[in-house]
Parts: sequence; structure tokens; C-alpha cells
Amino acid sequence: MASFATFGNELYTGKRSYDFVASKKIWFLIAAVAVALSILLPVAKGGFNLGIEFRGGSEFTVSNVKTTDATLGEKAVRDVVPGSVPRVANVAGNTMRIQTDKLTDDETLRIKDGLTTAYGVTDNEVTSTFVGPTWGADVTKQALLGLVIFVGLAAVLMALYFRTWKMSLSALAGMLVTMFITAGVYSLSDFEVTPSAIIGFLTVLSYSLYDTVVVFDKIRENTADVQASTRRTFGEEVNLAVNQTLVRSINTMMVAILPVGAILFIGAGLLGAGTLRDLSLALFVGILIGTAATIFVAAPLYAWLRQGEPDLVKQAKRVEQRRAEAAGKADAQATPATA
Amino acid sequence: MARTGPKNSARRVLVWLGVILAVLTAVLAGGTMAGQASWAPKLALDLEGGTQMILAPKVEGGSNITEEQLNQAVAIIRQRVDGSGVAEAEISTQSGRNVVVSLPGTPSKETRALIQASADMNFRPVLQAGAGAAVPTASLTPDDKLPQPTAAPANSSDVNWITADVYKKFETLDCDNPSQDKQERSDPAKPLVTCEPASATSPAIKYILGPVEVKGSNIKSSSFQLQRGAQGAVTNEWAVNIQFDEQGTAKFKEVTERLYQFYVAGGGQSGSDPKAQFAIVLDDQVISAPRSLAVITDGRPQITGGFTEQSAKALSDQLRFGALPISFEIQSEQQISATLGGEQLRMGMLAGLIGLLLVVVYSLFQYRALGFVTIASLVVAGAITYLAIAILGWTENYRLSLAGVAGLIVAIGQTADSFIVYFERIRDELREGRGLVSAVQNGWKRAKRTVLASKAVNLLAALVLYFVAVGNVRGFAFTLGLTAIADLIVVFMFTHPTLQVLSKTRFFGEGHRFSGLDPKRLGAVPLYRGAGRIRTPEDKPAVAVRAKNTGAVAEAERRMTIAERRLAEKQEQLAGSSKSAAKEGK
Repeated sequence: MASFATFGNELYTGKRSYDFVASKKIWFLIAAVAVALSILLPVAKGGFNLGIEFRGGSEFTVSNVKTTDATLGEKAVRDVVPGSVPRVANVAGNTMRIQTDKLTDDETLRIKDGLTTAYGVTDNEVTSTFVGPTWGADVTKQALLGLVIFVGLAAVLMALYFRTWKMSLSALAGMLVTMFITAGVYSLSDFEVTPSAIIGFLTVLSYSLYDTVVVFDKIRENTADVQASTRRTFGEEVNLAVNQTLVRSINTMMVAILPVGAILFIGAGLLGAGTLRDLSLALFVGILIGTAATIFVAAPLYAWLRQGEPDLVKQAKRVEQRRAEAAGKADAQATPATA
Repeated sequence: MARTGPKNSARRVLVWLGVILAVLTAVLAGGTMAGQASWAPKLALDLEGGTQMILAPKVEGGSNITEEQLNQAVAIIRQRVDGSGVAEAEISTQSGRNVVVSLPGTPSKETRALIQASADMNFRPVLQAGAGAAVPTASLTPDDKLPQPTAAPANSSDVNWITADVYKKFETLDCDNPSQDKQERSDPAKPLVTCEPASATSPAIKYILGPVEVKGSNIKSSSFQLQRGAQGAVTNEWAVNIQFDEQGTAKFKEVTERLYQFYVAGGGQSGSDPKAQFAIVLDDQVISAPRSLAVITDGRPQITGGFTEQSAKALSDQLRFGALPISFEIQSEQQISATLGGEQLRMGMLAGLIGLLLVVVYSLFQYRALGFVTIASLVVAGAITYLAIAILGWTENYRLSLAGVAGLIVAIGQTADSFIVYFERIRDELREGRGLVSAVQNGWKRAKRTVLASKAVNLLAALVLYFVAVGNVRGFAFTLGLTAIADLIVVFMFTHPTLQVLSKTRFFGEGHRFSGLDPKRLGAVPLYRGAGRIRTPEDKPAVAVRAKNTGAVAEAERRMTIAERRLAEKQEQLAGSSKSAAKEGK
């Protein structure tokens, strides 16, 4: 690849141009298939793998332990339920609290035995009980309510700022695509859905809209006086704007994704399952998809939504006409540029 | 701005930024000296551990608690905890009987009292009031002088409620040294002898109260504000507003009609008939006994008189949380260690640092010397965010959870985006053939809009989620808003002024090839002022265009104006010198 600056120059002038808008059908198709798969996958799996915070689970209390090493408790649970993520904490002095997902009676008994040996205590020093979800229905309800209000207000804000509701609509479409695919990948990975994952998910939604607003702002600028020009059609102007912001999109995505990727691959690789892994997976996928959705879904959709407007159809005709003329004769005088 | 010259005003802005940072640091240092704040940000439950309390809810009448009531109890506690700051508490149920609350750090006495505060609230009319101290044994009313009810009480304000027993209790009650043993819940249908504990502004008072007339569960909402005077101007008196539901409104109207009679009969403003008072009773203690100065028909009474902001807020909170007849008893309270291994935080930090390092390398590779501006900006943003988190930890009890740390790491990307948008704009301006100084000014004008519009989305998300959501989501919203604001401060007060200053330097201004702003590398030609914007295709790309791109190039060629094409031909003849420039640094 030529240096990035040259790449940027060529994108800026239109010398190098990727056709995001004209080949929109392909992108929409890919997005639609991905979204459909993302919906079908969790359905086929019978929902998401919800963590203890959402479903409640079992809690073991081990008193008078010889050691307060948390890894012993984790190991004792994993021996019985491989791949689970128990939450082990030391409570006041020499008591351990081990929380796990919902268990069968048999599993409960075996874990109890395991904990007894692990911490060197007697049978009656390990008690188990059920705990309810810490992320109960009320938290979910309020979070969803907040999300709906935010999306509604963001749509209004964007419609006011860009002075067209079609931009709002396209931006939201891009956000929805991001949302579904991120959730789909999450379901595919079979990671547990924890509050951290939800937080990551919310971050992704705000990032997705944010990214779209930046690109749309350039589109707004480029198409501001499209009516008066016969240089390019509306769709071409949108495409040029996307190309001109492509370097920024790539750079921003890289900068955002490098730390997250480091956490996902380095942190989670060393630690295995846990909060960090849940969170960084949601973020990693979301940032990638969010950036792509802006370029491949939101922008082409916006061009498509507006192409049919009578004024723009007329303008496109004028462009065609001028190009036909320009191709037909080449005798116009031009003064070379001088500063 | 333009008049003083961009460079001078840029310097001024930078000085102001320094002042802001210094002030924040001084505030934090002051807090630390006073022993209330600390230099390290406060950490949340998952990273630092805290206190785990197991609460047993008690329902009026001692019946067993239903699942629905238990969930309601969780919601109440969550509200109370959220009300005491933005720390993320974990609240859940245990064995379908108890509520488990885990709070980061050690809860203050106020928080503990708030969580435990019984929600048994009701309103009773006052029958008699007296000084808080117990009547000395010598001057107790002899048995034969004790009040004897002459008839069955007609209403709750009827003095016939005061029997000999009740009066005896009233005389012997000592409100200055209240006994600590928990008594049985009072019977709402019977009179109650109780205290209003001494507060900062008033001594203890004891009361004989009539039966319950309005229940706390009839309160829909309550708030506190500065009182408005007759002309609608805000006075400096605090007031607490209550709003009752339909049933409460009707009942309250009936009661105030009766009490207002006592108020008028007792001499109005200067009168002092205790029977005009309507006591708000929480957990069998009077928390306030305002006089009824009017008949309230709309169910929206306002309580005024001697409130400070704090006492108004406290009363309003008590009223709001008093709407459910459940009380909580702390069964056990224990310290609990971090629920996540310290390893998680260490790894997260390490990975985050590695990620940051990658960002540094990437921006230097992308932007050469400009990359240093990005890095410096990130450092300043980091400093502001860190100070803000430490200060908010002290004032708002804001604590960082692992999710919060991850949020900050994502914020690196969004913060850097502002600079990237800005730099790309400057480069676009350079490509148009402007000089660097005006490219910076023009690029900023256009980048500013974009940055503001995109940050508005984040701030909107933060605000909405902060006010609507509960629990962890609120903490997230706080972090999101915080980083968005820090980012705006940095890009406006640091990045842009720095570039203004740098654009005057020879290194940048003349577009040194390592400056990242080399017009030659950006394929700029002098601006042609005449037919508006001019597209200037660069000389042939140094690498062969890949097959799949030839279409695009051909398209671009076709789209050129005649003037452009002429110019392009001209340039190709002159290509020698600039071509070598374009090849450098690859």
C-alpha cells in the first residue's frame, strides 16, 4: 500500500474511490443476512447464556476456612461445572462466599464436598442457599426505558441538526444492525451475559451513533449545495464524503479497538473467563461492526432514501446531460491555477 | 478572537486550561489534607470489596413476606442507595426471605440509617404537645386529676382519645434521653404517645397523637425546593412538597378542613393550638409536625419553616421512601473482599497500557509529529478525567468498577477521534492548497461542528441513562458523560490552541516532511481562486493502481472538468520533482 497520506489524498480527490453507495444492494443483503442469523442463533439456542446477576443462583458460605485463597473455591466449582465463572469473595475474617449459576441438587452436593476438602473444613461449616438476581427486572426495565428515551431523543437531535429525518432514520438503522450483530456474535461465543456485557453493549450503541454522526456531518457538508452543482449526483456526493472520511474512520476505529483488543486477547487470554472478557468481546465486535455499519449501511441507505426526491432526480439528469456534453466536445478554455 | 491574533488568544486559552487543572488539583489536595479525599480514585465493590449487609424485611402485622413485596423491598433499597451517590451497590435477595445489600467501602452512618429506615410512615393529628423532658415524679398529675374521657371520640382530633393511661405515659416519657429498646409497632387505630427527637434547630418535643388518618403509602411523590413568595419570586426559605394520590388527597382535604378550624380558632398565625398540627410519623417517631395553615384540596401540601437545604432534602427523602409499609432489620453486617480478583484489575490495566502504547505508536506512524499532539492531548484528557474521578469520589461517592475502567479505555478511542477528525480536516484544507495557519483556522471551524454534534450524542446518552436507569447503568452513564466533557475541554482548550501555536513554527508551518502536515505529501497545489473549489489530482500514484481500482480512477478521470484535465496534463510534465517528494517516508 502506498503511504497512508497518499491513500488519503486519492480518496479526497476521488482518484481512488470505493463504491459504497452504488453497490448498496450487496451491503444491504449482507447486513440483512447477518441480522437474520443474529436473531435466529439465540432463538435456536434457546436464549442467551444469562449470568447469576440476571437469573439468580446458588451461594455457598464456608466458615472457619484455613486459607482465604479464592482460586481454591473457583477450582472446586469448576471441577463440578466446567467452564463456569464462580464469584468468590472473602467475607469478614475467615469466611468465604462462593456464588455460582443455578445448580442441580446433585451439583450442589458435589460442590459442597469439593469446598469442604478445598478449604479444610467440616461438613457443617459449608452452607448453601439460593440468591436472587442482583440485576433484577427493575434494573433491566429502567435500562431499557432509558435506552428507548435516548434513541428517541437522539433521533430528534439528529433530525434537527442535519435538518432531515432521513439521516436520523439511516443512523438508527445502522445502530440497529450493529446492535443485532453484536448480540449475535455474543450468542455465538457462548460467553455469559453479565452486567459488564450489558454495559459494553450500551457503550457500543452510543459509539455506533457517534461514529455515524461524524460521517454524516461530512455528508451534510458535501451535499449542502448539491442542487446548484452539476459536478456529481447526490449519490456520488455521499459516496465521496464517505471516501473522504474513510481515513478518519479507519484511524478512529484502530485507536478505539487497539486497547480493547489488547484487553480481549492479552487480558482474557491470560485470565480466561471473567468480567474483562465479557466486556471486551462486546466492545471489540461492536466497534468493528459499528464503524462498518456507518459506511456500508447508514450512508448508502441515506443516499437511497433521498435519491428519489424530485429535485434530486432532476439534478441527476442535469449531471448526466453535462457529462454527455463534456464527452462530446472538448474545447473549453481554462486558465491554469495560480495562487 | 481574530483581532488579537490567533496565537495570542491560543496562549491565553492554554493558560486558562492550566488554571483549571491547577484549581482541580488544589481542590483535591485540599480535600486530601482535610482527610476526606484521597489521591487515588475510589474503587467499587468488584475491585475493592466493601460491606455486605443482610436485611430481613418486616411487614406490618408480622405476616410472611411475599415474593412481590420482596422485589418491592429490593427496589426501595436500590432507590435509597442510588440516592446516596453514584456508587454501584449490589442488591439481591437470599433464600426468598432476605435482602442482601453489598456496598463498596464502609457505609456512613447516614447511609446505613437510610437503608434501614423503616418505611412505616403515617400522618396523625396532634392532640397535645409538651416539652421533651419527663415530668419530675414530684409534680406528676395525681391519679384522680387524670383526664377521663366523657364520650367515645368523634374524630381523630377528639381529646376524648386521651385516657388516664395515655396521659400517664405522656408525662413519664423522656424524649431527651430516649430509650434504645425497640418497641412493638403501634396500633394505627389507637392514640400514640411519642417524641420528636431534638434536632440542630429545635429541642425535643413530646406529643400525644390521634389515630392514623393518612398513610405513607398514599404519598405519590415528594420534592424540595426554595419557596416562592407571593409574587412568584424565589425566597431563600426551603420548602418540602408532597403529592398525594387520589385517596390521600380526599383524606387530606378532610383532615385539613378540621385542623384549619383549630388554627383559626386558636388565633391564626400567632396562635398555638397544638390540635392544628398534623404530625408526620415515621417508625413511631414524629419527624415533623407542621401546622395546617389552609385547607388543602388538591393533595399537594407544602411544608415550610426553618428548613435548611439538608433538612428539607432529608424530609423529602423520608417521605418519598416512606411509601411502603416494610421495615428492615439488619441481621448481619460483614466486610467483604473484592468480588473480582485483583488480578482482573491488574490485567485490565496492563492490557489497557499495552493498548495505549499501540495507540501511541499508531498515531506517530499516522501523524508523525502531530501524533505527539494527540498523545499530549490524551495525557491532558487523562489528567482531567483522573482529577474529576478522584474529586467526584469524594463529593459524590463515585467509584470505579471494572466496567468503568473499560469504559475509560473505550473513551480513549472516542477522545482521540476528536483529534483525528480535526487533523483530517486540516489536511483536507491543506489539500485545497491553503497555508497552514489558515488551514488550521478553517479546519477547526469545520471540525468544531462535527465534534460538538457527535459529543452531543454521547452526552445525551449519558444524561438520559443517568436519570432513568438505576444501579450499574447509572455508574456507566456517569463515566460516559465525564469522559465526553473532559474530551470537549481538551479539544477546545488544548489541542486546537496547541496547533494554533505550532502552525506558527517553522517545522510545521513550512510542512517539514516529519510534521505530518507536509503539503507536498498531501498533494496540495496552490489554491485556485476563481471557479470555486478545484480538484487537483495528484501526480500518478507511486504504486500501480490495482486492477479493481482502475474503474474508480477512470471514473475520476471522466469526472474531471476540462480545466482540471488540462492542469493534470501540465502537472504530468512537471512530475519529476514532486514525485520524489511523494516517495519519501514510505
